[in-house]
Amino acid sequence: MSLDDLYRQNILDHYQNPRNWGTLEQPDASAEDSNPLCGDRIRMDLRIKDGRVEDLKFSGEGCSISRAAASMLSEEVIGKTLEEVKALNRDDVLELLGIELGPVRLKCALLALKTLKVGVYGLQGWKEEDES
Amino acid sequence: MPTTVPTPSLDVASIRRDFPILERKIHGKPLAYLDNTATTQKPASVLKALEDFYRTRNANVHRGVYLLGEEATADYEGAREKVARFVNARAAEDVVFTRGTTESVNLVSNAWGRVNVGKGDVIVSTEMEHHSNLVPWQLLAQERGAILRHIPVDGHGRLDLTDLDRILDGPVKMVSFTWVSNALGTVNPVVELTRRAHAAGALVFVDAAQSVPHMPVDFQATDADFLAFSGHKMLGPTGIGALVAKRKHLEAMPPLFGGGEMIREVTLQHATWADVPSKFEAGTMNYADAIGLGAAIDYLTPLGMDLVHAHGRALACQAMRALQAIPGVTVYGPPIEENRGGVVSFSVDGVHAHDVAGTLDQDGIAVRAGHHCAMPLHARLGVPATARASFTVYNDAAEIDRLAAGVRKVKAVFAR
Repeated sequence: MSLDDLYRQNILDHYQNPRNWGTLEQPDASAEDSNPLCGDRIRMDLRIKDGRVEDLKFSGEGCSISRAAASMLSEEVIGKTLEEVKALNRDDVLELLGIELGPVRLKCALLALKTLKVGVYGLQGWKEEDES
Repeated sequence: MPTTVPTPSLDVASIRRDFPILERKIHGKPLAYLDNTATTQKPASVLKALEDFYRTRNANVHRGVYLLGEEATADYEGAREKVARFVNARAAEDVVFTRGTTESVNLVSNAWGRVNVGKGDVIVSTEMEHHSNLVPWQLLAQERGAILRHIPVDGHGRLDLTDLDRILDGPVKMVSFTWVSNALGTVNPVVELTRRAHAAGALVFVDAAQSVPHMPVDFQATDADFLAFSGHKMLGPTGIGALVAKRKHLEAMPPLFGGGEMIREVTLQHATWADVPSKFEAGTMNYADAIGLGAAIDYLTPLGMDLVHAHGRALACQAMRALQAIPGVTVYGPPIEENRGGVVSFSVDGVHAHDVAGTLDQDGIAVRAGHHCAMPLHARLGVPATARASFTVYNDAAEIDRLAAGVRKVKAVFAR
């Protein structure tokens, strides 16, 4: 894996110009998680309409891999149904990033997905409780 | 006639040839291993000692009366004697083998703590500790209803002793602190802290994980009650370390683990304990790696630990100068004039520490990125994560040049 591979322009671009960066006022779901290895932290706010992700904003601090993964994931997720979001896995994130990662930096890459899932599953739980 | 005496220094070129891993290429570049605070590489003599032991002398120690058992026991106890001499313990029996510093802290916080710490008692530590010297005391304090206090750190990462009298006021039972900061290289005033803790009626535990590998350590001269370190950070194997203590404490403390070898007599209802240090060495110990640690001490001792320390500090000073000369790079820790261990933590404006380390790795340079198991210290410094270069006997000036060039490249890659 060369430097060009690891920091290919695409990742750097998402790192330096993260898409969907920020927070939502009164989100339908919000989750925050961190990577204790490096102190990376991501918060994701979701707006849900008719079972689909209508909007998503993320914020926090992290390295190029973790922030680029969150940025790419945000683009991927907006417009998807909750079921589709729940089906996303680590291979999808790696495909978005387009690089191979060792086990340590894999945690950076997957922090956004983990946070997103906490948000989505938390939302489902809340809805179910609300309806019962 | 020569008129000047050359300053003695390590023969690093020769030392480097003793470490097989330094021949490795990383992403096609020679390995510059600068994460020696996390763990060190091993010289061929240590690897050979392990292999020779397993090939020719292995048997469980303190059990077999056959020749192999006698030889293995002699090797294991010989390693204990080497450790005792290396840190000037009063006797080999004052050395308890453990898995490392973390286990040594937990041994004392549990075995000593449960008997000696009660509700409202105070345990003092510092803001610069490794998590291994914070969390065990937190667990003890929660269990016993004790109070934790911490000596603060100033803006240069030094202990601020201004309020020490107040911190040591009251029923303080233990003062536990690191000798050398793993994150910043700060060298703490062990003798002064120990004297003042004793004057307040407390015992002293010294985390020596970053001092025993890198500088002369005289346990008796510190007058500390306990001192702990890890073998893998001093050219030895993983999974072995030591707790060195004043005998009276080891004799008074109950054992932590029960099992074979730590007993004198056992009935179905009761047991009496073996003498120290066996009382604390239940079960089959990691004797092979203890013997490997002995080989690491055999390697370090003839180098001269004063020269080892001077070498690490010189490399740290070179690295500080080189990094501080790069715009946008911040170096943490004590000023360059002050004594320090071979540790330099730094950050690059606008670039996460992971990206610093990830970019340097592409050039074969291994540095740590993160909070270095010292989250409270990073919170105190106001940085989420730093990159850290740390040095030992096989590092040289050329590697520092590569580090500085690599950090310039980091800036170029991540420049907006």
